[in-house]
Amino acid sequence: MTAAAPPGFDPQFFFRFGGRGHGSRLGVEYCGHGTDWVELALPYHEALIGNPATGVIASAPILTLMDQATSLSVWTRLGTFRPHATLDLRIDYLRPATPGKTVIGRGECYRVTRNISFVRGLAHDGDPADPLAHVAGTFMFTGAPV
Amino acid sequence: MKLPPYADLLGLIAEAGDSGAPVLMMPYGDDVMGRPGFLHGGAISGLMEMAAIAALQHALEADGGGQIKPINVTVDFMRGGREKETRSLGIVTRLGTRVANVEAQAWQDDRDRPIASARMNYLIVRP
Repeated sequence: MTAAAPPGFDPQFFFRFGGRGHGSRLGVEYCGHGTDWVELALPYHEALIGNPATGVIASAPILTLMDQATSLSVWTRLGTFRPHATLDLRIDYLRPATPGKTVIGRGECYRVTRNISFVRGLAHDGDPADPLAHVAGTFMFTGAPV
Repeated sequence: MKLPPYADLLGLIAEAGDSGAPVLMMPYGDDVMGRPGFLHGGAISGLMEMAAIAALQHALEADGGGQIKPINVTVDFMRGGREKETRSLGIVTRLGTRVANVEAQAWQDDRDRPIASARMNYLIVRP
């Protein structure tokens, strides 16, 4: 008898069918994941520009990227999908993103309680030691695990 | 006031506001959708950020102008955004020499029942 597949949540699954929604409009892609973290990529695109004079992308697409990476990190840590809503998200913009470069966002879930999950994350554009944004946030569960 | 390309991606339309700063309206569509039937938190945040920057630009124009650099944003999500028009207005709570404090709320049918609010700190680079 073969052992049942270990329970788990595959964040890649969310990107397999792609196509719709704000994240896919921005071009957010799967990068990698571990037991409690998920890494996503936001390729540079002219439609994301917030400052036409410099070509630097707006800060909100980075917020979307980090919201998605941290959200997926909760389910990855749980090992299952469970509906939740972002309660709050704080983002510090450490420096402007470099025009032309892909932004990598790594979200980590460091604590889950009965109702709330706590997340943090960093975004960089090539060198993780030189991050461009830092986030901290919470999600509230809105239903039972699926 | 010209909105940046990212505002076009969100489909934002500037409407006249009471205070002089525009109310920005974001129509519902696939491009701003999160989980089916709801707005993406990132799109709501983007709308509020654009409204905050528009309000700050408006305030700066009357105060000698300057460049705006985001320092941080804190967003609270109060209600799920539904499949309808969303509006946001930024309010400059303090415009200093080097830093501006700005707030923005996003609402749908009822302005007194916001779906999200945000607080931003911006660095001002004066000419």
